[in-house]
Amino acid sequence: MSSTKPSCRHAFSAALLRAVEKDERIYVVTSDSRGSVTVQGLATRFPSRFVEAGIAEQNAVSIGAGLAKAGKRVFVCGPASFYSSRCVDQVKVDVAYAHSDVKIIGVSGGVSYGALGGTHHSLNDIAVMRTFPGLQVFLPCDAYQTDALTALLAASVGPAYLRIGRGPVPEVYPAGCGTSFRPGTAPILHEGTDCAIAAAGEMVYHALGAARLLEAEGIGVRVLDCWSIKPLDIETVVQAARETGLVLSVEEHGVYGGLGAAVAETLVQRHPVPMRILGFPDEWLPAGSSPELFRHFGFSAEQLAGSVRDALEMKGRVRRSP
Amino acid sequence: MLTRGQPLTETAREVRQRLVQMIYEAKGGHIGGSLSSVEILVSLFFHAMRYDPRQPDSQERDRFILSKGHSVEGYYCVLAKAGFFPEEELSSYGKFGSFLYGHPTCKVPGVDVPSGSLGHGLGVACGMALAGKRDGASLRVFVLIGDGELAEGSIWEAVMAAAHFGLDHLVAVVDCNKLQISGPTREIMSTQNLAQRWQSFGWEVREVDGHDLDALNRVFDEVPWQVGRPQVLLAHTIKGRGVSFMENVASWHHGEMSPEQYEAAMKELGRSPEAGSR
Repeated sequence: MSSTKPSCRHAFSAALLRAVEKDERIYVVTSDSRGSVTVQGLATRFPSRFVEAGIAEQNAVSIGAGLAKAGKRVFVCGPASFYSSRCVDQVKVDVAYAHSDVKIIGVSGGVSYGALGGTHHSLNDIAVMRTFPGLQVFLPCDAYQTDALTALLAASVGPAYLRIGRGPVPEVYPAGCGTSFRPGTAPILHEGTDCAIAAAGEMVYHALGAARLLEAEGIGVRVLDCWSIKPLDIETVVQAARETGLVLSVEEHGVYGGLGAAVAETLVQRHPVPMRILGFPDEWLPAGSSPELFRHFGFSAEQLAGSVRDALEMKGRVRRSP
Repeated sequence: MLTRGQPLTETAREVRQRLVQMIYEAKGGHIGGSLSSVEILVSLFFHAMRYDPRQPDSQERDRFILSKGHSVEGYYCVLAKAGFFPEEELSSYGKFGSFLYGHPTCKVPGVDVPSGSLGHGLGVACGMALAGKRDGASLRVFVLIGDGELAEGSIWEAVMAAAHFGLDHLVAVVDCNKLQISGPTREIMSTQNLAQRWQSFGWEVREVDGHDLDALNRVFDEVPWQVGRPQVLLAHTIKGRGVSFMENVASWHHGEMSPEQYEAAMKELGRSPEAGSR
Protein backbone atom coordinates (compact mmCIF):
# COMPACT_ATOMS: atom_id res chain seq x y z
CA MET A 1 0.00 0.00 0.00
CA SER A 2 1.37 3.38 -0.94
CA SER A 3 1.34 6.13 1.64
CA THR A 4 0.87 8.67 -1.13
CA LYS A 5 -2.68 7.41 -1.70
CA PRO A 6 -5.36 9.79 -0.51
CA SER A 7 -7.38 9.08 2.59
CA CYS A 8 -11.15 8.82 2.60
CA ARG A 9 -11.45 11.64 5.12
CA HIS A 10 -9.49 14.03 2.89
CA ALA A 11 -11.61 12.96 -0.07
CA PHE A 12 -14.69 13.57 2.06
CA SER A 13 -13.67 17.03 3.21
CA ALA A 14 -12.70 18.10 -0.32
CA ALA A 15 -16.04 16.89 -1.68
CA LEU A 16 -17.90 18.51 1.22
CA LEU A 17 -16.18 21.82 0.53
CA ARG A 18 -17.33 21.66 -3.09
CA ALA A 19 -20.87 20.89 -1.94
CA VAL A 20 -20.81 23.84 0.50
CA GLU A 21 -19.56 26.12 -2.27
CA LYS A 22 -22.41 25.00 -4.50
CA ASP A 23 -25.35 24.82 -2.08
CA GLU A 24 -25.80 27.57 0.48
CA ARG A 25 -28.22 25.46 2.51
CA ILE A 26 -25.46 23.06 3.56
CA TYR A 27 -24.28 23.40 7.16
CA VAL A 28 -21.41 21.52 8.80
CA VAL A 29 -21.45 20.72 12.52
CA THR A 30 -18.46 19.36 14.43
CA SER A 31 -17.69 18.62 18.08
CA ASP A 32 -14.11 19.89 18.51
CA SER A 33 -13.38 17.55 15.61
CA ARG A 34 -12.64 19.91 12.72
CA GLY A 35 -9.06 18.68 12.67
CA SER A 36 -9.87 15.00 12.55
CA VAL A 37 -12.55 15.62 9.94
CA THR A 38 -10.10 17.93 8.07
CA VAL A 39 -12.61 20.75 7.67
CA GLN A 40 -10.51 23.58 9.13
CA GLY A 41 -10.37 25.25 5.71
CA LEU A 42 -14.11 24.98 5.28
CA ALA A 43 -14.66 26.43 8.76
CA THR A 44 -12.48 29.42 7.90
CA ARG A 45 -14.00 30.03 4.49
CA PHE A 46 -17.63 29.51 5.48
CA PRO A 47 -17.92 30.50 9.15
CA SER A 48 -21.62 31.28 8.77
CA ARG A 49 -22.36 27.70 7.79
CA PHE A 50 -19.98 26.01 10.16
CA VAL A 51 -21.14 25.19 13.70
CA GLU A 52 -18.73 24.22 16.45
CA ALA A 53 -20.77 22.44 19.11
CA GLY A 54 -17.86 21.81 21.47
CA ILE A 55 -17.13 18.43 22.98
CA ALA A 56 -20.82 17.54 23.13
CA GLU A 57 -21.83 14.93 20.56
CA GLN A 58 -25.41 14.67 21.83
CA ASN A 59 -25.95 18.38 21.39
CA ALA A 60 -24.12 18.40 18.05
CA VAL A 61 -26.65 15.91 16.67
CA SER A 62 -29.62 17.75 18.20
CA ILE A 63 -28.37 21.09 16.85
CA GLY A 64 -27.92 19.43 13.46
CA ALA A 65 -31.52 18.20 13.56
CA GLY A 66 -32.77 21.65 14.55
CA LEU A 67 -30.84 23.27 11.69
CA ALA A 68 -32.32 20.70 9.31
CA LYS A 69 -35.84 21.37 10.55
CA ALA A 70 -35.19 25.04 9.87
CA GLY A 71 -34.43 24.26 6.23
CA LYS A 72 -30.71 23.51 6.28
CA ARG A 73 -28.96 20.45 4.81
CA VAL A 74 -26.68 19.26 7.56
CA PHE A 75 -23.51 17.21 7.89
CA VAL A 76 -22.63 16.38 11.51
CA CYS A 77 -19.04 15.16 11.50
CA GLY A 78 -16.77 13.59 14.10
CA PRO A 79 -15.16 10.36 15.24
CA ALA A 80 -17.30 7.33 14.37
CA SER A 81 -16.58 5.83 17.79
CA PHE A 82 -18.39 8.67 19.56
CA TYR A 83 -21.16 9.35 17.05
CA SER A 84 -22.22 5.70 17.06
CA SER A 85 -22.41 5.38 20.84
CA ARG A 86 -22.39 8.64 22.82
CA CYS A 87 -25.36 10.16 21.02
CA VAL A 88 -27.29 7.16 19.77
CA ASP A 89 -30.57 8.40 21.26
CA GLN A 90 -30.18 11.71 19.43
CA VAL A 91 -29.46 9.84 16.17
CA LYS A 92 -32.51 7.64 16.78
CA VAL A 93 -35.00 10.34 17.77
CA ASP A 94 -33.81 13.67 16.36
CA VAL A 95 -32.43 12.31 13.08
CA ALA A 96 -34.02 8.97 12.13
CA TYR A 97 -37.46 9.16 13.80
CA ALA A 98 -37.74 12.85 12.89
CA HIS A 99 -36.55 12.08 9.33
CA SER A 100 -34.26 15.08 9.54
CA ASP A 101 -32.02 15.93 6.61
CA VAL A 102 -28.92 15.15 8.65
CA LYS A 103 -25.94 13.13 7.52
CA ILE A 104 -23.87 11.69 10.35
CA ILE A 105 -20.29 11.35 9.18
CA GLY A 106 -18.31 8.97 11.34
CA VAL A 107 -14.65 9.63 10.57
CA SER A 108 -11.70 7.51 11.63
CA GLY A 109 -14.04 4.53 11.74
CA GLY A 110 -13.24 0.93 12.59
CA VAL A 111 -9.71 0.59 13.97
CA SER A 112 -8.41 3.75 12.27
CA TYR A 113 -7.21 5.02 15.63
CA GLY A 114 -5.37 1.72 16.16
CA ALA A 115 -3.32 1.87 19.32
CA LEU A 116 -5.52 4.52 20.95
CA GLY A 117 -7.61 1.61 22.10
CA GLY A 118 -11.18 0.49 22.54
CA THR A 119 -12.64 3.90 23.39
CA HIS A 120 -11.64 5.09 19.94
CA HIS A 121 -12.52 2.00 17.90
CA SER A 122 -15.93 1.86 16.24
CA LEU A 123 -16.51 -1.82 15.67
CA ASN A 124 -20.25 -1.82 16.29
CA ASP A 125 -21.25 1.39 14.51
CA ILE A 126 -22.73 -0.40 11.52
CA ALA A 127 -24.61 -2.73 13.87
CA VAL A 128 -26.09 0.24 15.73
CA MET A 129 -26.85 2.50 12.79
CA ARG A 130 -28.47 -0.04 10.51
CA THR A 131 -31.26 -0.79 12.97
CA PHE A 132 -32.92 2.63 12.73
CA PRO A 133 -35.73 2.79 10.16
CA GLY A 134 -35.07 5.36 7.47
CA LEU A 135 -31.35 5.78 8.14
CA GLN A 136 -29.14 4.76 5.22
CA VAL A 137 -25.72 3.32 6.05
CA PHE A 138 -22.78 3.62 3.67
CA LEU A 139 -19.18 2.49 3.95
CA PRO A 140 -16.95 3.59 1.07
CA CYS A 141 -13.80 1.66 0.19
CA ASP A 142 -11.54 4.35 -1.24
CA ALA A 143 -11.11 8.05 -1.91
CA TYR A 144 -12.90 8.03 -5.25
CA GLN A 145 -15.95 6.30 -3.81
CA THR A 146 -15.91 8.60 -0.77
CA ASP A 147 -15.91 11.59 -3.07
CA ALA A 148 -18.82 10.16 -5.06
CA LEU A 149 -20.85 9.23 -1.98
CA THR A 150 -20.31 12.65 -0.40
CA ALA A 151 -21.68 14.27 -3.55
CA LEU A 152 -24.56 11.78 -3.49
CA LEU A 153 -25.39 12.65 0.12
CA ALA A 154 -25.12 16.37 -0.54
CA ALA A 155 -27.66 15.99 -3.33
CA SER A 156 -30.13 13.74 -1.51
CA VAL A 157 -32.61 14.54 1.25
CA GLY A 158 -32.95 12.45 4.40
CA PRO A 159 -30.89 10.85 7.13
CA ALA A 160 -27.77 8.78 6.52
CA TYR A 161 -24.67 7.48 8.26
CA LEU A 162 -21.39 7.49 6.33
CA ARG A 163 -18.40 5.80 7.94
CA ILE A 164 -14.99 6.68 6.61
CA GLY A 165 -11.46 5.76 7.61
CA ARG A 166 -8.62 7.94 8.71
CA GLY A 167 -5.47 6.84 6.93
CA PRO A 168 -4.53 6.59 3.25
CA VAL A 169 -6.17 3.67 1.47
CA PRO A 170 -5.33 1.91 -1.79
CA GLU A 171 -7.48 2.67 -4.80
CA VAL A 172 -10.22 0.30 -5.82
CA TYR A 173 -11.83 2.76 -8.19
CA PRO A 174 -9.11 4.74 -9.99
CA ALA A 175 -9.59 8.49 -9.96
CA GLY A 176 -11.62 9.55 -12.95
CA CYS A 177 -13.04 6.06 -13.54
CA GLY A 178 -16.48 7.57 -13.85
CA THR A 179 -18.23 4.86 -11.85
CA SER A 180 -21.40 6.11 -10.21
CA PHE A 181 -23.08 4.61 -7.18
CA ARG A 182 -26.74 4.18 -6.40
CA PRO A 183 -27.92 3.23 -2.89
CA GLY A 184 -28.90 -0.42 -2.76
CA THR A 185 -26.47 -1.56 -5.43
CA ALA A 186 -23.34 -3.65 -4.93
CA PRO A 187 -20.86 -3.45 -7.82
CA ILE A 188 -19.35 -6.81 -8.77
CA LEU A 189 -15.63 -6.08 -8.94
CA HIS A 190 -14.37 -9.59 -9.71
CA GLU A 191 -16.21 -12.49 -11.31
CA GLY A 192 -16.14 -16.07 -10.10
CA THR A 193 -18.44 -18.98 -9.39
CA ASP A 194 -16.60 -20.96 -6.68
CA CYS A 195 -17.41 -18.53 -3.89
CA ALA A 196 -18.39 -14.93 -3.27
CA ILE A 197 -16.93 -12.35 -0.93
CA ALA A 198 -19.21 -9.56 0.22
CA ALA A 199 -16.87 -6.83 1.40
CA ALA A 200 -17.13 -3.22 2.49
CA GLY A 201 -14.73 -0.39 3.20
CA GLU A 202 -11.00 -0.99 2.94
CA MET A 203 -11.66 -4.76 2.99
CA VAL A 204 -12.86 -4.53 -0.60
CA TYR A 205 -9.27 -3.97 -1.71
CA HIS A 206 -7.98 -6.91 0.31
CA ALA A 207 -10.81 -9.13 -0.92
CA LEU A 208 -9.89 -8.23 -4.49
CA GLY A 209 -6.27 -9.12 -3.72
CA ALA A 210 -7.41 -12.50 -2.41
CA ALA A 211 -9.55 -13.07 -5.51
CA ARG A 212 -6.54 -12.41 -7.76
CA LEU A 213 -4.31 -14.76 -5.78
CA LEU A 214 -6.91 -17.51 -5.94
CA GLU A 215 -7.53 -16.93 -9.63
CA ALA A 216 -3.97 -18.07 -10.23
CA GLU A 217 -4.89 -21.32 -8.48
CA GLY A 218 -7.99 -21.78 -10.61
CA ILE A 219 -10.42 -20.72 -7.89
CA GLY A 220 -13.04 -18.22 -9.05
CA VAL A 221 -14.05 -15.66 -6.42
CA ARG A 222 -16.82 -13.14 -6.99
CA VAL A 223 -16.19 -9.92 -5.07
CA LEU A 224 -19.10 -7.64 -4.22
CA ASP A 225 -18.49 -4.08 -3.05
CA CYS A 226 -21.25 -3.76 -0.46
CA TRP A 227 -20.68 -0.05 0.23
CA SER A 228 -24.44 0.38 0.60
CA ILE A 229 -24.95 -1.67 3.74
CA LYS A 230 -28.43 -0.25 4.10
CA PRO A 231 -30.18 -0.56 1.77
CA LEU A 232 -28.34 -3.76 0.85
CA ASP A 233 -28.35 -5.02 -2.72
CA ILE A 234 -30.37 -8.09 -1.85
CA GLU A 235 -30.72 -9.41 -5.40
CA THR A 236 -27.00 -9.27 -6.13
CA VAL A 237 -26.22 -10.98 -2.82
CA VAL A 238 -28.82 -13.71 -3.42
CA GLN A 239 -27.62 -14.19 -6.97
CA ALA A 240 -24.04 -14.57 -5.74
CA ALA A 241 -25.17 -17.21 -3.26
CA ARG A 242 -27.19 -19.05 -5.88
CA GLU A 243 -24.36 -19.06 -8.43
CA THR A 244 -21.44 -19.79 -6.09
CA GLY A 245 -22.96 -21.75 -3.19
CA LEU A 246 -20.55 -20.18 -0.67
CA VAL A 247 -20.43 -16.63 0.70
CA LEU A 248 -17.82 -14.96 2.88
CA SER A 249 -18.28 -11.50 4.28
CA VAL A 250 -15.40 -9.32 5.40
CA GLU A 251 -15.50 -5.94 7.07
CA GLU A 252 -13.61 -3.65 9.45
CA HIS A 253 -16.24 -4.23 12.13
CA GLY A 254 -17.06 -6.70 14.85
CA VAL A 255 -18.53 -10.01 13.71
CA TYR A 256 -21.88 -9.14 15.25
CA GLY A 257 -24.45 -6.98 13.52
CA GLY A 258 -22.46 -5.56 10.62
CA LEU A 259 -22.33 -6.34 6.90
CA GLY A 260 -21.93 -10.04 7.67
CA ALA A 261 -25.11 -10.03 9.67
CA ALA A 262 -26.94 -8.11 6.95
CA VAL A 263 -25.83 -10.66 4.34
CA ALA A 264 -26.66 -13.59 6.61
CA GLU A 265 -30.12 -12.18 7.40
CA THR A 266 -30.73 -11.99 3.68
CA LEU A 267 -29.38 -15.39 2.71
CA VAL A 268 -30.90 -17.39 5.52
CA GLN A 269 -34.31 -16.21 4.35
CA ARG A 270 -33.79 -16.13 0.60
CA HIS A 271 -31.16 -18.68 -0.35
CA PRO A 272 -29.29 -20.39 2.50
CA VAL A 273 -25.73 -21.40 1.65
CA PRO A 274 -22.67 -22.03 3.82
CA MET A 275 -21.31 -18.69 4.97
CA ARG A 276 -18.40 -17.30 6.92
CA ILE A 277 -18.46 -13.91 8.63
CA LEU A 278 -15.00 -12.35 8.85
CA GLY A 279 -14.49 -9.36 11.10
CA PHE A 280 -13.02 -8.49 14.46
CA PRO A 281 -13.83 -11.05 17.15
CA ASP A 282 -15.96 -10.33 20.22
CA GLU A 283 -13.08 -9.08 22.33
CA TRP A 284 -11.24 -5.85 23.17
CA LEU A 285 -8.37 -5.67 20.72
CA PRO A 286 -4.64 -5.60 21.48
CA ALA A 287 -2.74 -2.33 20.99
CA GLY A 288 -1.57 -1.86 17.45
CA SER A 289 -1.81 0.22 14.31
CA SER A 290 -4.59 -0.43 11.90
CA PRO A 291 -2.33 -2.44 9.47
CA GLU A 292 -0.98 -4.43 12.42
CA LEU A 293 -4.47 -5.23 13.62
CA PHE A 294 -5.59 -6.17 10.11
CA ARG A 295 -2.70 -8.62 9.84
CA HIS A 296 -3.17 -9.97 13.37
CA PHE A 297 -6.81 -10.76 12.68
CA GLY A 298 -6.28 -12.13 9.17
CA PHE A 299 -7.42 -9.44 6.75
CA SER A 300 -4.48 -9.32 4.32
CA ALA A 301 -5.08 -10.63 0.80
CA GLU A 302 -3.02 -13.74 1.56
CA GLN A 303 -4.87 -14.43 4.79
CA LEU A 304 -8.26 -13.86 3.19
CA ALA A 305 -7.27 -16.27 0.41
CA GLY A 306 -6.54 -18.81 3.15
CA SER A 307 -9.99 -18.21 4.66
CA VAL A 308 -11.53 -18.82 1.24
CA ARG A 309 -9.63 -22.12 0.86
CA ASP A 310 -10.82 -23.22 4.32
CA ALA A 311 -14.37 -22.23 3.48
CA LEU A 312 -14.26 -24.13 0.20
CA GLU A 313 -13.40 -27.23 2.21
CA MET A 314 -16.42 -26.54 4.42
CA LYS A 315 -18.54 -26.07 1.29
CA GLY A 316 -17.39 -29.48 0.06
CA ARG A 317 -18.64 -31.06 3.28
CA VAL A 318 -22.00 -29.30 3.35
CA ARG A 319 -24.66 -30.41 0.88
CA ARG A 320 -25.29 -27.64 -1.57
CA SER A 321 -28.70 -26.08 -1.02
CA PRO A 322 -31.27 -26.45 -3.83
CA MET B 1 -61.81 25.75 16.82
CA LEU B 2 -61.05 28.70 18.99
CA THR B 3 -63.84 31.24 19.26
CA ARG B 4 -62.52 34.71 18.48
CA GLY B 5 -62.46 37.07 21.42
CA GLN B 6 -62.92 34.25 23.89
CA PRO B 7 -61.07 34.85 27.16
CA LEU B 8 -58.01 32.62 27.35
CA THR B 9 -59.11 31.41 30.78
CA GLU B 10 -62.10 29.84 29.01
CA THR B 11 -59.80 28.33 26.37
CA ALA B 12 -57.66 26.84 29.12
CA ARG B 13 -60.75 25.37 30.77
CA GLU B 14 -61.86 23.79 27.48
CA VAL B 15 -58.38 22.33 26.92
CA ARG B 16 -58.45 20.78 30.40
CA GLN B 17 -61.88 19.29 29.80
CA ARG B 18 -60.89 17.87 26.44
CA LEU B 19 -57.61 16.37 27.62
CA VAL B 20 -59.26 14.76 30.63
CA GLN B 21 -61.88 13.29 28.29
CA MET B 22 -59.16 12.04 25.90
CA ILE B 23 -57.28 10.34 28.69
CA TYR B 24 -60.43 8.81 30.14
CA GLU B 25 -61.49 7.44 26.78
CA ALA B 26 -57.99 6.15 26.04
CA LYS B 27 -57.97 4.45 29.45
CA GLY B 28 -54.82 6.23 30.56
CA GLY B 29 -52.41 9.04 29.87
CA HIS B 30 -49.92 11.53 31.28
CA ILE B 31 -52.54 13.61 32.96
CA GLY B 32 -50.62 15.39 35.76
CA GLY B 33 -48.08 17.14 33.53
CA SER B 34 -50.66 17.85 30.84
CA LEU B 35 -52.80 19.69 33.40
CA SER B 36 -49.82 21.64 34.80
CA SER B 37 -48.81 22.98 31.39
CA VAL B 38 -52.20 24.07 30.01
CA GLU B 39 -51.85 27.82 30.62
CA ILE B 40 -48.29 27.84 29.25
CA LEU B 41 -49.46 26.22 26.00
CA VAL B 42 -52.56 28.40 25.76
CA SER B 43 -50.53 31.58 26.24
CA LEU B 44 -47.99 30.48 23.64
CA PHE B 45 -50.41 29.23 20.98
CA PHE B 46 -53.21 31.78 21.44
CA HIS B 47 -51.27 34.87 22.42
CA ALA B 48 -47.52 34.85 21.93
CA MET B 49 -46.60 32.75 18.91
CA ARG B 50 -46.83 33.79 15.26
CA TYR B 51 -47.89 30.98 12.94
CA ASP B 52 -50.49 30.03 10.38
CA PRO B 53 -51.93 26.54 10.85
CA ARG B 54 -52.70 26.43 7.13
CA GLN B 55 -48.95 26.70 6.47
CA PRO B 56 -47.48 24.37 9.09
CA ASP B 57 -44.16 24.11 7.21
CA SER B 58 -43.54 27.82 6.72
CA GLN B 59 -39.93 28.69 7.54
CA GLU B 60 -40.83 32.10 8.98
CA ARG B 61 -43.22 30.93 11.70
CA ASP B 62 -42.35 30.74 15.39
CA ARG B 63 -41.45 27.21 16.50
CA PHE B 64 -42.53 25.20 19.49
CA ILE B 65 -41.00 21.99 20.83
CA LEU B 66 -42.62 19.98 23.60
CA SER B 67 -39.44 18.59 25.08
CA LYS B 68 -41.45 17.02 27.92
CA GLY B 69 -43.14 14.93 25.26
CA HIS B 70 -45.19 12.87 27.66
CA SER B 71 -47.49 15.85 28.35
CA VAL B 72 -48.87 15.27 24.90
CA GLU B 73 -52.61 15.24 25.50
CA GLY B 74 -52.82 18.94 26.31
CA TYR B 75 -50.53 19.69 23.37
CA TYR B 76 -52.77 17.77 20.95
CA CYS B 77 -55.84 19.62 22.27
CA VAL B 78 -54.12 22.96 21.77
CA LEU B 79 -52.91 22.07 18.26
CA ALA B 80 -56.42 21.00 17.29
CA LYS B 81 -57.96 24.13 18.79
CA ALA B 82 -55.36 26.21 16.94
CA GLY B 83 -56.53 24.66 13.67
CA PHE B 84 -53.68 22.31 12.77
CA PHE B 85 -56.10 19.38 12.50
CA PRO B 86 -59.83 18.83 13.17
CA GLU B 87 -60.78 18.52 16.83
CA GLU B 88 -62.76 15.37 16.05
CA GLU B 89 -59.44 13.61 15.41
CA LEU B 90 -58.65 13.85 19.12
CA SER B 91 -61.03 10.97 19.77
CA SER B 92 -58.66 8.64 17.89
CA TYR B 93 -56.03 9.14 20.60
CA GLY B 94 -55.03 5.81 22.11
CA LYS B 95 -56.67 3.81 19.33
CA PHE B 96 -54.84 1.43 16.97
CA GLY B 97 -53.41 3.21 13.93
CA SER B 98 -54.09 6.74 15.18
CA PHE B 99 -51.65 9.44 14.09
CA LEU B 100 -51.89 10.70 17.67
CA TYR B 101 -49.30 8.56 19.45
CA GLY B 102 -48.69 8.76 23.19
CA HIS B 103 -45.77 11.09 22.47
CA PRO B 104 -45.52 13.73 19.72
CA THR B 105 -44.38 12.67 16.25
CA CYS B 106 -43.87 14.40 12.91
CA LYS B 107 -47.08 12.74 11.69
CA VAL B 108 -49.03 15.37 13.63
CA PRO B 109 -49.56 18.63 11.72
CA GLY B 110 -47.77 21.40 13.61
CA VAL B 111 -45.21 19.09 15.24
CA ASP B 112 -41.68 19.60 13.91
CA VAL B 113 -39.79 16.99 15.89
CA PRO B 114 -40.73 13.91 17.85
CA SER B 115 -40.15 13.88 21.59
CA GLY B 116 -40.69 11.55 24.48
CA SER B 117 -37.12 10.61 25.21
CA LEU B 118 -36.29 13.45 27.57
CA GLY B 119 -33.50 15.97 27.21
CA HIS B 120 -33.69 16.44 23.42
CA GLY B 121 -35.86 19.48 22.81
CA LEU B 122 -33.54 22.26 23.90
CA GLY B 123 -30.68 21.08 21.68
CA VAL B 124 -32.96 20.85 18.66
CA ALA B 125 -34.35 24.29 19.55
CA CYS B 126 -30.78 25.63 19.58
CA GLY B 127 -30.32 24.38 16.02
CA MET B 128 -33.56 26.01 14.87
CA ALA B 129 -32.72 29.28 16.61
CA LEU B 130 -29.18 29.26 15.24
CA ALA B 131 -30.47 28.82 11.69
CA GLY B 132 -32.87 31.71 12.26
CA LYS B 133 -30.15 33.93 13.69
CA ARG B 134 -27.72 33.26 10.87
CA ASP B 135 -30.44 33.83 8.28
CA GLY B 136 -31.41 37.09 9.97
CA ALA B 137 -34.95 35.68 10.20
CA SER B 138 -37.51 36.85 12.72
CA LEU B 139 -38.58 33.42 13.92
CA ARG B 140 -38.57 32.69 17.62
CA VAL B 141 -38.22 29.26 19.16
CA PHE B 142 -40.11 28.20 22.28
CA VAL B 143 -39.39 24.95 24.06
CA LEU B 144 -41.24 23.48 27.04
CA ILE B 145 -39.13 21.42 29.43
CA GLY B 146 -40.10 19.57 32.59
CA ASP B 147 -38.32 20.33 35.86
CA GLY B 148 -37.58 16.62 36.34
CA GLU B 149 -36.21 16.58 32.79
CA LEU B 150 -33.45 18.97 33.87
CA ALA B 151 -31.58 15.96 35.26
CA GLU B 152 -30.75 14.96 31.68
CA GLY B 153 -27.16 15.99 30.94
CA SER B 154 -27.95 16.80 27.32
CA ILE B 155 -30.08 19.73 28.55
CA TRP B 156 -26.98 21.36 30.00
CA GLU B 157 -25.00 20.85 26.80
CA ALA B 158 -27.74 22.84 25.10
CA VAL B 159 -27.91 25.44 27.88
CA MET B 160 -24.20 26.05 27.36
CA ALA B 161 -24.47 26.23 23.58
CA ALA B 162 -27.48 28.58 23.48
CA ALA B 163 -25.63 31.12 25.63
CA HIS B 164 -22.43 30.65 23.60
CA PHE B 165 -24.30 31.40 20.37
CA GLY B 166 -26.24 34.29 21.94
CA LEU B 167 -29.62 32.88 20.92
CA ASP B 168 -31.83 35.68 22.23
CA HIS B 169 -34.84 34.55 20.23
CA LEU B 170 -34.83 31.21 22.05
CA VAL B 171 -37.18 30.88 25.01
CA ALA B 172 -37.10 27.86 27.27
CA VAL B 173 -40.06 27.44 29.58
CA VAL B 174 -39.61 25.09 32.51
CA ASP B 175 -42.86 23.60 33.77
CA CYS B 176 -41.85 23.57 37.43
CA ASN B 177 -44.60 21.31 38.73
CA LYS B 178 -42.14 19.91 41.27
CA LEU B 179 -43.21 16.28 40.89
CA GLN B 180 -42.05 13.45 38.72
CA ILE B 181 -43.10 9.84 38.36
CA SER B 182 -41.32 8.61 41.50
CA GLY B 183 -42.05 11.56 43.77
CA PRO B 184 -40.94 15.14 44.54
CA THR B 185 -38.38 16.32 41.99
CA ARG B 186 -36.15 17.95 44.63
CA GLU B 187 -35.82 14.58 46.38
CA ILE B 188 -35.02 12.67 43.21
CA MET B 189 -32.43 15.14 41.92
CA SER B 190 -31.94 18.51 43.52
CA THR B 191 -33.43 21.53 41.78
CA GLN B 192 -31.95 23.94 44.30
CA ASN B 193 -30.98 27.40 43.05
CA LEU B 194 -32.51 26.73 39.68
CA ALA B 195 -32.58 30.37 38.62
CA GLN B 196 -28.94 30.85 39.58
CA ARG B 197 -27.94 27.76 37.64
CA TRP B 198 -29.39 29.13 34.41
CA GLN B 199 -28.08 32.62 35.15
CA SER B 200 -24.57 31.33 35.71
CA PHE B 201 -24.68 29.70 32.26
CA GLY B 202 -25.47 33.10 30.72
CA TRP B 203 -29.26 32.95 30.44
CA GLU B 204 -31.76 35.66 31.26
CA VAL B 205 -34.14 34.22 33.86
CA ARG B 206 -37.68 35.14 34.81
CA GLU B 207 -40.13 33.41 37.09
CA VAL B 208 -43.88 33.40 36.82
CA ASP B 209 -46.99 31.77 38.18
CA GLY B 210 -47.46 29.25 35.37
CA HIS B 211 -51.24 29.31 35.73
CA ASP B 212 -51.57 33.12 35.50
CA LEU B 213 -52.40 33.74 31.85
CA ASP B 214 -52.03 37.52 32.07
CA ALA B 215 -48.60 37.17 33.63
CA LEU B 216 -47.54 34.59 31.02
CA ASN B 217 -48.78 36.78 28.17
CA ARG B 218 -46.90 39.80 29.55
CA VAL B 219 -43.64 37.97 29.95
CA PHE B 220 -43.83 36.50 26.43
CA ASP B 221 -44.70 39.95 25.03
CA GLU B 222 -41.42 41.28 26.37
CA VAL B 223 -39.21 38.74 24.54
CA PRO B 224 -36.30 39.28 24.08
CA TRP B 225 -35.77 40.34 27.67
CA GLN B 226 -32.16 41.13 26.98
CA VAL B 227 -30.52 41.25 23.59
CA GLY B 228 -27.79 38.68 23.12
CA ARG B 229 -28.89 36.20 25.77
CA PRO B 230 -31.20 33.20 25.62
CA GLN B 231 -34.08 33.34 28.06
CA VAL B 232 -35.67 30.88 30.40
CA LEU B 233 -39.01 31.22 32.12
CA LEU B 234 -39.36 29.22 35.31
CA ALA B 235 -43.11 28.67 35.35
CA HIS B 236 -44.26 27.55 38.78
CA THR B 237 -47.17 25.22 38.35
CA ILE B 238 -49.22 22.58 40.13
CA LYS B 239 -49.13 19.08 38.76
CA GLY B 240 -52.70 17.94 38.10
CA ARG B 241 -53.97 21.55 38.22
CA GLY B 242 -57.73 21.88 37.99
CA VAL B 243 -58.71 18.46 39.32
CA SER B 244 -58.47 18.65 43.10
CA PHE B 245 -57.76 14.98 43.78
CA MET B 246 -54.94 14.97 41.20
CA GLU B 247 -53.23 18.18 42.35
CA ASN B 248 -49.75 17.61 43.78
CA VAL B 249 -50.17 13.83 43.71
CA ALA B 250 -47.19 12.14 42.03
CA SER B 251 -49.14 9.01 41.11
CA TRP B 252 -51.25 11.08 38.69
CA HIS B 253 -48.12 11.55 36.53
CA HIS B 254 -49.75 8.84 34.45
CA GLY B 255 -53.09 7.40 35.32
CA GLU B 256 -56.40 5.90 34.39
CA MET B 257 -59.60 7.35 35.82
CA SER B 258 -62.52 5.31 37.10
CA PRO B 259 -65.94 6.44 35.81
CA GLU B 260 -66.53 8.08 39.19
CA GLN B 261 -63.21 9.91 39.09
CA TYR B 262 -63.91 11.05 35.53
CA GLU B 263 -67.30 12.36 36.57
CA ALA B 264 -65.81 14.21 39.51
CA ALA B 265 -63.00 15.66 37.37
CA MET B 266 -65.34 16.90 34.66
CA LYS B 267 -67.64 18.41 37.26
CA GLU B 268 -64.73 20.38 38.72
CA LEU B 269 -63.81 21.51 35.23
CA GLY B 270 -67.33 22.76 34.73
CA ARG B 271 -68.77 20.32 32.26
CA SER B 272 -71.21 17.47 32.44
CA PRO B 273 -69.35 14.22 31.80
CA GLU B 274 -72.15 13.08 29.46
CA ALA B 275 -70.80 15.55 26.92
CA GLY B 276 -68.06 13.09 26.19
CA SER B 277 -68.74 9.57 27.30
CA ARG B 278 -67.09 6.34 26.24
